[in-house]
Amino acid sequence: MIKLEKRPQPSRALALATPLIAVFITMIAGGLLFWALGKNPFEAIRTIFWDPLFHEQFASYSRPQLLVKAGPLILIAIGLSLGFRAGIWNIGAEGQYIMGAICGAGVGLAFYPSESFLIFPMMVVAGALGGWAWAMIPALLKVKFGTNEILVSLMLVYVAEQLLASMSLGLLRNPEGHGFPGSRNLKDYAAAHNGELIAGTGMHWGIVAAFIAVIFAYVLLNRHILGFNIRLTGEAPRAARFAGVNPTRLILFCLGTAGALAGLAGLFEVSGPAGQISIDFNVGYGFTAIIVAFLGRLHPVGILLAGLLMALTYIGGELAQLMLSLPSAAIQVFQGMLLFFLLALDLLTNYRIRIAVKGAA
Amino acid sequence: MTGTLLSIRGLTKAYPGVVANDNVSFDIQEGEVHALLGENGAGKSTLVKMIYGLVKPDSGEMTWRGGAFAPPEPKAARASGVAMVFQHFSLFDALNVAENVALGMENPPSMRDLARRIRRVSEAYGLPLDPNRTVGDLSAGERQRVEIIRCLLQDPKLLIMDEPTSVLTPQEVEILFQTLNKLKSEGTSILYISHKLEEIRTLCDHATILRLGKNVGECVPADTSARDMAELMVGDTLQTPTRTTEKTGDVMLDVSGLSLEPSNPFGTTLKNIHFTVHAGEILGLGGVAGNGQDELLAALSGESTTWPDAVKVKGEDVGHLGPNARRARGILAAPEERLGHAAAPDMSLVENALLTGAMRKGLTQNGFVNWSGSTAFADDIIKAFDVRTPGSDRAARSLSGGNLQKFVIGREVLQDPEVLVVNQPTWGVDAAAAAAIRQALLDLAAKGAAIVVISQDLDELMEISDRFGALNEGRMSDIRPAAGLTIDEIGLMMGGAHGMEVAHIDEGAGA
Amino acid sequence: MDLSAINPVLLIASLMVAATPLLLAAIGELVVERAGVLNLGVEGMMIVGAISGFAISVETGSPMVGLVAAMIGGALLSLLFAFLTQFALANQVASGLALTLFGLGLSALMGQSYVGIKPPTMAKLDIPVISDIPVIGPILFSHDPVLYIGVALCAVVWAVLKYSRVGLVLRAVGENHDAAHALGYNVVRVRVLAILFGGACAGLGGAYISLIRVPQWTEGMTAGIGWIALALVVFASWKPWRVLLGAYLFGGINVLQLNLQAAGIAIPVEYLAMSPYLITILVLVIMSADKSRAPASLGRIFHASG
Repeated sequence: MIKLEKRPQPSRALALATPLIAVFITMIAGGLLFWALGKNPFEAIRTIFWDPLFHEQFASYSRPQLLVKAGPLILIAIGLSLGFRAGIWNIGAEGQYIMGAICGAGVGLAFYPSESFLIFPMMVVAGALGGWAWAMIPALLKVKFGTNEILVSLMLVYVAEQLLASMSLGLLRNPEGHGFPGSRNLKDYAAAHNGELIAGTGMHWGIVAAFIAVIFAYVLLNRHILGFNIRLTGEAPRAARFAGVNPTRLILFCLGTAGALAGLAGLFEVSGPAGQISIDFNVGYGFTAIIVAFLGRLHPVGILLAGLLMALTYIGGELAQLMLSLPSAAIQVFQGMLLFFLLALDLLTNYRIRIAVKGAA
Repeated sequence: MTGTLLSIRGLTKAYPGVVANDNVSFDIQEGEVHALLGENGAGKSTLVKMIYGLVKPDSGEMTWRGGAFAPPEPKAARASGVAMVFQHFSLFDALNVAENVALGMENPPSMRDLARRIRRVSEAYGLPLDPNRTVGDLSAGERQRVEIIRCLLQDPKLLIMDEPTSVLTPQEVEILFQTLNKLKSEGTSILYISHKLEEIRTLCDHATILRLGKNVGECVPADTSARDMAELMVGDTLQTPTRTTEKTGDVMLDVSGLSLEPSNPFGTTLKNIHFTVHAGEILGLGGVAGNGQDELLAALSGESTTWPDAVKVKGEDVGHLGPNARRARGILAAPEERLGHAAAPDMSLVENALLTGAMRKGLTQNGFVNWSGSTAFADDIIKAFDVRTPGSDRAARSLSGGNLQKFVIGREVLQDPEVLVVNQPTWGVDAAAAAAIRQALLDLAAKGAAIVVISQDLDELMEISDRFGALNEGRMSDIRPAAGLTIDEIGLMMGGAHGMEVAHIDEGAGA
Repeated sequence: MDLSAINPVLLIASLMVAATPLLLAAIGELVVERAGVLNLGVEGMMIVGAISGFAISVETGSPMVGLVAAMIGGALLSLLFAFLTQFALANQVASGLALTLFGLGLSALMGQSYVGIKPPTMAKLDIPVISDIPVIGPILFSHDPVLYIGVALCAVVWAVLKYSRVGLVLRAVGENHDAAHALGYNVVRVRVLAILFGGACAGLGGAYISLIRVPQWTEGMTAGIGWIALALVVFASWKPWRVLLGAYLFGGINVLQLNLQAAGIAIPVEYLAMSPYLITILVLVIMSADKSRAPASLGRIFHASG
């Protein structure tokens, strides 16, 4: 008979080890999945985890992609993790990401073809505000009416997607685009373009912002009373009230920060790697970031590493699609499995598993 | 008495780090009221859980009327005739009385028949109860009636009662005892668990005393002095708190016209509460659980805010202020629930020290936490209050109840409060820790603080209070000097018998 | 714009069809939540049900076998959630999200070779004379059997919760799992069964979309209906009949906006398409005033100590 026994103290070693174990088990389970799809599991795993970084032919292309993909994931996940720690479940980051992109690109395009150096900073502010405002909707509804933020933030993703479609077909459509949907390409608009900062690295302003966000979150959570209050609210809401935490302000802060960071991610994406507002602009970073946040144990440094790992599976997945014709959905399944194993293994941090011999009674 | 109903031989149950029951043996006779006496943590609850089939013993055996008895689950125990009234009620707030009763029965009749039977039994035993009422709206005494009736409907041979009087006024206790005596006269055995000696002396035929999981003695309570039983229970003679009576000073806390809607649907509304507490004085507030104690503490700590002048500290309005603003003005509080309210279970003691100490101990600067200062504060508390723990980096939940309570009270006391409000300061705490906590409160008062002690332990309140008041359905009784109050007077202040009737004993076996 | 093209009888008949997947998923989730478990994986279970049902009915040629397969598919996926939350004691919100993310990927993977195929059609109820009665006939008597099953399921769930012992125990577990445990009820068993029921219902709801309502397979075709079903349970204050009402209301809004799109009304398509989601938010706001009816143990982790 298997029994669970609560540890008097959460195990630190296991808290660090479980994400690694989860990744390892996911590789095995993923290998089995790829094998079931008729692929060589070892080759598939190598293609996903090794080739993007070290393949002599593809690595030069895919290595910079690592940062390009990890940037938005980390930026969004850092914001989400603050809320998740406090028990505030913003799962609509995808919508906030879209709104950041629309607002940021909108501001930039409004001034086309101005060459002012102020354009890009204004776009950054507009992007952050767009995401922030979109996240404020569930935040204010929760604060004012106690409405469930999970459902509202998620519903707003679908609304944002429709807005995105409307924008790329209407207001922001490229007037010189011969009627095709999609905005002007910001790559051809120097003042608004978020280009590579160091050639060949994939490093753009979004990555810089992601690193700053990691440092900011680390200091906040470990050194600042606000971070302490966030953790306290998540672990013991009644104790937080007793300690004097104002739940309203905390909800507004957590959702607002998450929204602003997701909005920034959207803006840096649309002005950089994506280049334009189009119907299929969003690719699910807002949802994958949820996995990144958990895989990083809601810890800033963990999220940094998890974001890089998850970006690797994206690039590796594309490579596997190309080289082994592994379906892209298989990678989505792979990422989902990772979250499953992680949640299941979390148990070990707080509980000890004992196998008791039956019949003692 | 016709023989032995339940015989327990060598029951042992160990949990990691603690042996809850160590080779416990005793017998319960037919038609006997048997007391199980012991301090908090002596292993009483584990023992009855084994009898009720909730916990399996590691070794030892039980026999029921001579046959082997090892219920694998509560269903089996109930089928044999064991019924249990839980200390923390096993009731469902959102369901009605009849549904709650049905859940405790093996083969409940249709709801209409059940309602009829509930009415009949409740009248026969003087425990009036409307089967259609929602349990969440009932008082603590009424909720206990639901549990008792649930048991009685199964015609139990053995009724287990776990600390039943902790939620009752003295008058309600009186009526409960009449009900239990009636049951006894009908041949039902009762296993009565308590740490209150006088109760056991009045009610019980035989007592088994547990200490640290071991059976340390048996006695006939009527022939044994309370002092002897206490010494068996505690193991050594206890220090009773000493107090140096000082003259009381200025009004420190002034509550006037405090009314407050509860924040949760089954909470209690506070209704127009008035009282004052002077420097150097301890005000004891009694009352049955659920009569507004939690709400009053929240209104004083700042978790709930009201009109500015409903609460005044040293003449300054604080009713509209939150917890930290009130702390800055010298009023501190320690809530009843240690884990999750007074302390965050998974956080370290250092973090828990910061939880309330940030303001008065200056543990933050421009919002940045001074962790070394917090650690020093936590270590101070641990040292001054003799908190047994390997270190301040340990999670709060790893501490025993008594040690965590010492930490929680110590955390507030060491911040030199001018007004301190505590709710149930010694609930679920072993006798030595309880004595230390009471002494700390007395010492704090002697230094000139005004203290409000909310408690359901009347002995405790009588021991340390200068004046006494009681909460009843969100209202405050008159506040009277504690010295010279009789138990009857206290009971009436607590609301008397809450509409209970005396059991219709002469009507005979009506059920 | 030509609003006269909208036929009210057909509108009502088609809103019943549009409401059915929502109703099925929501009634399943209602049972899960009444047992005290919050499963946010409805969307994932629906989409897996949609592809399982679609694939099996294409392979076997029988829509009925497909529907059964969809229920099994949804239930199997929910078993993962049950394992995570009931045995591994994982956070229910995170586990539900994981279920949805995983389900969306899994369905896309399973459905690769089924894009663009037509599934076998399900026979509609066609009772001579009665089905031909004007107005009442098309509205009440000429639907597919699953639609009636959905309404019947709603009635059954209502009766079981209100009158039966099983329903009482389920509600007790959802209200106070510690007390239920103390009385000797197996909290985990009750919850696992409820989760499986919820999974089967969501799976059936998903297959209704891919086999009957649309009918074809496209990736991500549930398009948030699982999430709306979750909102519906809140809207219904955890009461079965109000789930039915809510599902028909949402079905109506959806059908209406599709009809308005078709009628070429002067509102851009995108704004009409976002209306169901906006209305869901509005309803959530209105309903959030009344929170007293939520099961008290909802979302809390149960671990029997000792």
